[in-house]
Amino acid sequence: MKSRRDFLKTAATGAVLLGSQVKPGLAAMVDASGFHPQHSDAGKSRVVVAHDVALHGPDGQLSEKRVIDLLDRAIAAYTERDNPVDAWKRIVPVGKTIGLKVNGLGGKGISTHLVLVLAIAERLQQAGVKPGDILVWDRNARDLEACGLTISTDPSRVRCYGSDVAGFEDEPVVFGSANVKLAKILTRECDMVIGLPILKDHNLAGVTFAMKNMYGVVQRPYELHSGGCNPAVADLNCIPVVRQKVRFTIGDAITSVYEGGPGFHAEHLWQPNSLIVGEDRVAIDYNAWQMIERKRAEVGIMPLEAAGRPPRYIATAADAAHGLGFNDSMRFHLIET
Amino acid sequence: MKFDFDGWMLSKRALFPIVVGMGIAVVAFTGCKKARLDPFPASNTVAGWQKTSETRFFAAKDLWQYIDGDAEQYISAGVVSTSTSDYKYQGQLEATVDVYTMGDAAGARKIFESGQTGEAKSVSLGDAGIAYTQSVIFRKGPFLVRIVAYQSTPGAEQALLALAHGVEVML
Repeated sequence: MKSRRDFLKTAATGAVLLGSQVKPGLAAMVDASGFHPQHSDAGKSRVVVAHDVALHGPDGQLSEKRVIDLLDRAIAAYTERDNPVDAWKRIVPVGKTIGLKVNGLGGKGISTHLVLVLAIAERLQQAGVKPGDILVWDRNARDLEACGLTISTDPSRVRCYGSDVAGFEDEPVVFGSANVKLAKILTRECDMVIGLPILKDHNLAGVTFAMKNMYGVVQRPYELHSGGCNPAVADLNCIPVVRQKVRFTIGDAITSVYEGGPGFHAEHLWQPNSLIVGEDRVAIDYNAWQMIERKRAEVGIMPLEAAGRPPRYIATAADAAHGLGFNDSMRFHLIET
Repeated sequence: MKFDFDGWMLSKRALFPIVVGMGIAVVAFTGCKKARLDPFPASNTVAGWQKTSETRFFAAKDLWQYIDGDAEQYISAGVVSTSTSDYKYQGQLEATVDVYTMGDAAGARKIFESGQTGEAKSVSLGDAGIAYTQSVIFRKGPFLVRIVAYQSTPGAEQALLALAHGVEVML
């Protein structure tokens, strides 16, 4: 694990390059770290959308077994390995601390599903990750409890706690418009983070999913809300430690709100019954956005552009100055299963 | 008329501001501070409903801690504070009651009228109210109340309305 000094040195790279807000510096850094997915198809990144129309039973209850099967199907499609353990070994390193960044901001009704979190934790252990090397986290206990999780700091078990326990770095890091103090769980405890966002409409950003989930790793997320969260979402994801550690996303599109988000609005609740998986957080968000737009069209609600809140940060994240992934369907391979 | 306190001679005119000042000090230091509104019915005040959490209170500047991303629309409408509490109906149906105290009735109306869908049913609550199968929203003066249930169960709508009336009478 990096020392605080090492971390600050790494983080400062972004700050120095961006200190003058000169674009060439930004582009140079992107070129150096770049977006290079581990799994790609002829230069295209890969996004899997796994769907099960029967994920919720006729009684509206979520089938745990079907969620596990859906997860296995998504990971198998992504890694091209049918055996779940083999598949997970291609995603996570053993002997490292793996963070699972859930999202419980919306409260009980619209938070990352517990059954999905438990299924991932189980598969990680089967792939050789020790229970204590798995850390489920979010902003605070309230958000984690909204997901149905229980706080635990026992190092012999899967750990679960928030930044209200672990705290934030004293020194801010800067990338473009993002001037933030990062969660120590991200900077000091996790070697790799898997994002587990939940798909939602967002009152300011338009859509919240893979990249927007990183607002939960900073101390004052509300400072990143101006301009429809653009370019702040892209800038935040470009901060070196965020870019380097948050390497995989298992997006929870089991339940969603297509309007009124990011809070829970039962009247706008909907069940896409899907997982959206991959390394390319831009392509994941682009496809999630399209999913929300299709639903809005289906129920007769205006598109997000007309509603005055298109998720512009997605294109920003894909531009040459950020290079976080691809929002062009010619540059990612969408696998639907 | 003159007053003699230990040799100090004070005119009535001079005494007035002192008395007023003492009055203000008494008000400030003896708990005449406006009590925080608690509009949340206690357990079983509304039949079948149990209050299952402490009431949490957020000043406008801290609202992001509760509804980050949603907070801006309330702030732009003049929210002063928000309080929230969880409830459970007959041990099964879970719900959350949010009470937003706005600066004035116009602020409550602004939030109330945003985001309504065609499925909303008008209900007799406060100055105006609507209900969906899993939620009830109403405004009363500067207050905007939102009650949401996390499950869709038979009778949920009626139970939520009963709870909403229980909150309404506390406002």
